[in-house]
Amino acid sequence: MSARDTDWDGVRLHVVTGKGGTGKTTVAAALALALAAEGRKVLLVEVEGRQGIAQVFDLPPLPYEERKIAVAPGGGDVFALAVDPEEAMLEYLEMFYGMRRAGKALTKMGVVDFATTIAPGLRDVLVTGKTSEAVRRRGKNGRRVYDAVVLDAPPTGRIARFLNVTSEVAGLARLGPIKNHADLVRGVMASPETRVHFVTLLEEMPVQETLDGIAELREARLRPGGIFINMTRPPLFAKATLDAAAKGHFDAAELALGLKAVGLADSGNASAMAESLAEALTAEVADHARRTALERRERRTLAGAHLPRYELPLLADGVDLAGLYELAEAIRAQGAA
Amino acid sequence: MSVKSAPVLHTDAILADPRTRIIVCCGAGGVGKTTTAAALGLRAAEHGRSVVVLTVDPARRLAQSMGLTHLDNVPRRVAGVDGPGELHAMMLDMKRTFDEIIEAHADPERAKQILSNPFYQSLSSSFSGTQEYMAMEKLGQLRRSDEWDLIIVDTPPSRSALDFLDAPERLGRFLDGRFIRLLTAPAKAGGRSAFKLLNAGFGLVAGVLTKVLGANVLKDIQTFVSALDAVFGGFRQRADQTYQLLQAPGTAFLVVAAPERDAMREASYFVERLAEERMPLAGLVVNRVHRTPATSLSAARSAAAAEELEARGEHELTAAVLRLHTGRMQLAAREAREQEHFISAHPTVPVTQVPAMAEDVHDLDGLRQIGEMLAEAPKGTRAVG
Ligand SMILES: Nc1ncnc2c1ncn2[C@@H]1O[C@H](COP(=O)(O)OP(=O)(O)OP(=O)(O)O)[C@@H](O)[C@H]1O
Ligand SMILES: Nc1ncnc2c1ncn2[C@@H]1O[C@H](COP(=O)(O)OP(=O)(O)O)[C@@H](O)[C@H]1O
Ligand SMILES: [Mg+2]
Ligand SMILES: [Mg+2]
Repeated sequence: MSARDTDWDGVRLHVVTGKGGTGKTTVAAALALALAAEGRKVLLVEVEGRQGIAQVFDLPPLPYEERKIAVAPGGGDVFALAVDPEEAMLEYLEMFYGMRRAGKALTKMGVVDFATTIAPGLRDVLVTGKTSEAVRRRGKNGRRVYDAVVLDAPPTGRIARFLNVTSEVAGLARLGPIKNHADLVRGVMASPETRVHFVTLLEEMPVQETLDGIAELREARLRPGGIFINMTRPPLFAKATLDAAAKGHFDAAELALGLKAVGLADSGNASAMAESLAEALTAEVADHARRTALERRERRTLAGAHLPRYELPLLADGVDLAGLYELAEAIRAQGAA
Repeated sequence: MSVKSAPVLHTDAILADPRTRIIVCCGAGGVGKTTTAAALGLRAAEHGRSVVVLTVDPARRLAQSMGLTHLDNVPRRVAGVDGPGELHAMMLDMKRTFDEIIEAHADPERAKQILSNPFYQSLSSSFSGTQEYMAMEKLGQLRRSDEWDLIIVDTPPSRSALDFLDAPERLGRFLDGRFIRLLTAPAKAGGRSAFKLLNAGFGLVAGVLTKVLGANVLKDIQTFVSALDAVFGGFRQRADQTYQLLQAPGTAFLVVAAPERDAMREASYFVERLAEERMPLAGLVVNRVHRTPATSLSAARSAAAAEELEARGEHELTAAVLRLHTGRMQLAAREAREQEHFISAHPTVPVTQVPAMAEDVHDLDGLRQIGEMLAEAPKGTRAVG
């Protein structure tokens, strides 16, 4: 598919999940840009009706329609689609039964609302159905329309149910066409061309959720992909320095000397000032050391999942469009795309 | 970086006041609602009150430290509390709570029919408002039992803090929806013409649904809906009662937020909403605030000094410390700005701050520490960790 070797060559559907607020939408967007780089065509899909894609790309709300939203590094197109379950239902009824008008009547009567509220499994099969259709779609030349599809999926706690549509629908519709449709979708979700990536922070709860989510997917015979460790900070100190600081053995005298040398203790009793500032800063370093130790532990825990891991830097000023490309570059540099 | 013009939230005064019977901790996801609820519960118990904390989704290690190792939907006494009071804690089991409501409101035959219906199972385990609704229901149950003199409720991890207030309404709207009325109409229709009209529509719907979903599905839906309809009056009534409980003077809402844009904005919405609903707001807890003990050294001076040392190739360690400090000062400034936005929009809302600890909070000692920090008035600076 490409000249470069990436960790996910051959994967057509990238599902991105993670604990709420860890950066799923951001990472999905950056991954779509990275996958589209150098002339490929990628579709970025969202399914929760929150217009998250429009927000990260700084665009007006997206309609239920595939449209080009960005150009990837080195040329290449990112298309986006905000799936609306109600529209997806109408499309489904039309496509399989030629019943668009009846579908409209159902919508008016509140049936669609009812069905998707009472049975989120039905809602899920509609939106995953739309996504898998885009994955499989071929152009006139017989080739796939999209080189890859990236799905900004529901959070970790719901991901297995969301993708495992057959079993969710099975309890409700044991037979019949919706069941068949669910089976088809499930086939795409479980195929070797699909991977589920996890976004996490180096904090206890998101890491725990990641591990639980991976286990749950494996149990459901779905395929975990990579772990994207988001919002990491570059190390400022050598590990030995941090270990010493955590134990209260930080070299405050050396710090005070440095402060004096750079004129940060410049009036009156310079050495007493440098010392008291050094003391305050030492407390800061100790706090930082404890935090770093925790992050190191969480990294080790994640390593236990035996999946490829990628690190994305914390962008100090938040994620604007330029930041998104920066994250895409980091994704490419680490071979995730 | 201190929170200047806002009045101070005195959590200890609220905990000590015997008139305070319910404290609700709400806010956006991940900000520290569960931690705050548990910390307040422990502190109140150690100051002599008999407390129950209703948690929704405690982090695993925190749950273990409180003895919440299995979900049985009843409060358990927490061991290791120092002092005269008692602390009980429980983790909400939403499905069980829902089942219990059904059992309380329907005759056994009908209850059985509902509980085994696949649509009920779907609704009770994954309707997007069920957790919020059941948290409220459980709160009502705990209050009615009158076994504790203080109930502290944690709210579900919704994206929006408002979900907690909206959920009962949402479930109600759903059960009152057009389609449900359509499905239940044949059974209870009084007027003939309405019956006919509905039936015509119903025929169409039934046809499509049967074609798409298969015949059994429609029957399941109908059984479920008519059974639910029978218990729904009781449902409504309970939800209304609990809502009133939340408006009572013995209730105190604490809005928890992180000093970040989204969380503070969410807190703003919630504060406005509480005012609209006439629900008693006690104040705002800004959790995970980053403080530094070396505020006398500004970000700009610190950055310039680091740069100079790096250019000279001297005192590498000092330069790194100055880089760290620069980042911290910038972060503190950003956090202060986010808080100021809230304060200028809501100048009368009392505020307290809790510093970000270097590590997660997962034992009673950690909770005790958070409780102490909650009680302290916000100061300009304080060392963390
Ligand atoms: N690497 C990063 N550096 C700085 N800020 C980031 C980074 N990644 C994400 N963010 C910010 O974190 C916040 C949450 O990100 P995002 O909306 O992508 O998360 P999410 O997991 O999709 O959230 P939700 O669960 O609400 O859908 C946003 O404000 C985003 O800009
Ligand atoms: N002040 C704090 N310092 C450090 N960690 C905190 C603090 N408050 C909360 N945490 C941690 O943040 C995570 C989320 O907190 P939690 O109370 O579960 O949030 P919520 O209930 O609002 O979703 C937990 O791992 C908790 O230990
Ligand atoms: Mg998102
Ligand atoms: Mg919580």
